[in-house]
Amino acid sequence: MRNTKTMRFLAAAAAISMLATACSGGSDEENTNADGDTVITWWHNSNTGSGKDYYDQIAADFEAANEGVEVKVEALQHEDMTTKLEAAFQSGEMPDIYMERGGGELADHVEAGLTRDLTEDAAGTIAKLGGNVGGWTVDDRVYSLPFSIGVVGFWYNKALFEQAGIESAPTTMAELNDAVQKLKDAGIEPISVGAGDKWPAAHYWYYFALRQCSQDVLQSAVVSLDFQDECFVKAGESLEDLVATEPFNAGFLQTPAQSGPTSASGLLATDKVAMELAGHWEPGVMQGLTEDEQGLGEDTGWFPFPAVEGGAGDPAAQLGGGDAWAVAQDAPDVAVDFVEYLLSDEVQKGFAELDMGLPTNPTASQYVADPALADLLAVRDASPFIQLYFDTSFGTSVGGAMNDEIALVFAGQSSAQGIVDATQAAADLEK
Amino acid sequence: MADKTQASAVDAGLSATHGSQTPAAGGRTPSAAGSEPARRKAKPNYRQAIEAGIFIAPALALFAFFVVWPMIKAVQFSLYRWKGFGPLVDFVGLDNYIRVLQNDVFIGSLTHNLIIIVASIAIQLPLGLLIALLLNRKMWGRAALRTIVFVPYVLAEVIVGVIWFQMLQPNYGAIAVVLDAVGIQGPPQGFLGTVELALPTLMVVLTWKFLGFAIILFLAGLQGVPEELHEAAQIDGASWWQTQVKITIPLIGPTLRTWAFLSMVGSLQLFDMVWILTKGGPANATTTMVTFLINEGTKRSNYGIASAASVVLFIIALVFALVYQRFVLRRDNPDIEPQRKKVTR
Repeated sequence: MRNTKTMRFLAAAAAISMLATACSGGSDEENTNADGDTVITWWHNSNTGSGKDYYDQIAADFEAANEGVEVKVEALQHEDMTTKLEAAFQSGEMPDIYMERGGGELADHVEAGLTRDLTEDAAGTIAKLGGNVGGWTVDDRVYSLPFSIGVVGFWYNKALFEQAGIESAPTTMAELNDAVQKLKDAGIEPISVGAGDKWPAAHYWYYFALRQCSQDVLQSAVVSLDFQDECFVKAGESLEDLVATEPFNAGFLQTPAQSGPTSASGLLATDKVAMELAGHWEPGVMQGLTEDEQGLGEDTGWFPFPAVEGGAGDPAAQLGGGDAWAVAQDAPDVAVDFVEYLLSDEVQKGFAELDMGLPTNPTASQYVADPALADLLAVRDASPFIQLYFDTSFGTSVGGAMNDEIALVFAGQSSAQGIVDATQAAADLEK
Repeated sequence: MADKTQASAVDAGLSATHGSQTPAAGGRTPSAAGSEPARRKAKPNYRQAIEAGIFIAPALALFAFFVVWPMIKAVQFSLYRWKGFGPLVDFVGLDNYIRVLQNDVFIGSLTHNLIIIVASIAIQLPLGLLIALLLNRKMWGRAALRTIVFVPYVLAEVIVGVIWFQMLQPNYGAIAVVLDAVGIQGPPQGFLGTVELALPTLMVVLTWKFLGFAIILFLAGLQGVPEELHEAAQIDGASWWQTQVKITIPLIGPTLRTWAFLSMVGSLQLFDMVWILTKGGPANATTTMVTFLINEGTKRSNYGIASAASVVLFIIALVFALVYQRFVLRRDNPDIEPQRKKVTR
């Protein structure tokens, strides 16, 4: 009796230790299933409604067209996906196809040998996407294929603008300040900003840098991580000027970007403020935050970030970013075929028609139905270059330090020089 | 004269409480040690030792795997510059520690933690004690009141955070609306958006959330104070207040000290509520050591610095715990030794 008990405990202990090893050890056979089919795993973040159905359909179509291939789709909520991806990068057990935001993050993944070079394998698709792949290029090699790229601009409430007597969308900072004053006079809070999350506040500085610095200076700074050009300080000064006019919603230092009705997007969606600086995702976010799921509906308007007087930057240059499909280093070749299929004319057409994003395949642009998004797309396609969000571009370490310091300027606790100093200090550690 | 009687009453109370049970007061009853001496006299029993080892092994394995191993890894990470993936190659020695300790935001976080420790005890101890003493009196609806007071503690911290966050919104939050209705203008940027007000506001929410825990512990301690002492004191002419101050409070000393210890450890590790209410802002006005290391780790991918900060936090918490054990909680333990001797006969 006693012996059997001891044996049971020994067995249990052995089982636990085996479980522990099983958790830490990987298996190399994950790319084939019981039937001997090649299995590729695909993580995406269209986890609701028609977007999810569309992607399921695409996976099924691909399986039908390629015998002996199984596409294992995991549709995850966006934050869950990024958290899981983070863990996947750490453990090295990655999905075969996943999302990359480009810039410094991608460069880190490439350096760690996690992401597959697609330059030759997907040459045809890369040629079709043209300049859009720029943000996903490391040392002239392309590592991911962008499927949606948007630009940041002001989303505004047409009805509130009319109520305040603003006749046309501002094109210069002077006009923006004028509009802000008119809105205040009409008793309307002009701009909401989710400074609690920091990155929405940081977008202002990014845009001022884009307007103050020439393309050459910016593009060399991304590589050299050197921010000594005085245009970066000027960008901060432009930001200080804007903050001094007090255009932002009450409590903006604690306002979150997109969560809940009192977030920056929520305030815009519920007619509480007149405008917000945000990316192409904004209509979708606003729809999710209103009860009728319409967001601002027909009152939704969009205008690009205004020109800054005396700046060396091209006023048509835009800040933006997007999502790209990347293939894990050790993924089977068919994963590359699948990614190319995702960027094909037909798949991108459906993607555009469902308003899932802003297609990068030029043949699909015409199918974007939403008028505000169509405006944005026209501006994107006409811009001389699209600067990837600086925090993505520089990587999380430099980007995080930069965003934190910019948020301090919004709180009146740092300065134009402070932003440059903090960014440079973090960048020096990377060199 | 009166003092003398009370003092002896306290003495009597002490032995009485140790005879009975003092729940959650750390007062160990001697019965556990009762059968030990007989066993010790017997020759060492290897069989039993092996058996015990087998019984302990699973728990020990889990502890080693989930507690000791991560701690060792954290120390290892803290010596490297590491982005969270790829091999550990960039050895920087104690560089990360220097960076953490020279970082204004970290020093600010440490200061906030210390302020929260002091403020928690300074606010919750008197307030909790007062309410516990009141709720300990026989009155109508006592059970219901006790439940109500404890409800905030039962609510999940995240839910409490979200509710308070929405209530504290400027213009549209419940508090702003109520203040507005009575003609008071709240701070224009809201309670959480104003640098000077964010930490005090956080303290209010923390007090609301955790006061119930203090009260329930104190009430438990009060159960161990025998009724006779109050009666004896009353006969001697002591007022209700005198009875509380001279008899009840000293008798629940062990409970108070244990609660203060738990409160301190909780304050040092404070994270959830801050993250939901302010994320450490505005302008780093409410950062804690844990929000600092989360920001460095998951937001900036500086896992080396985050690990160094976590090791520093661990050391600070350990020192706090040891010093507190040595100088404060020790008062509650020394009588264990003599009692054990008594039991051995």
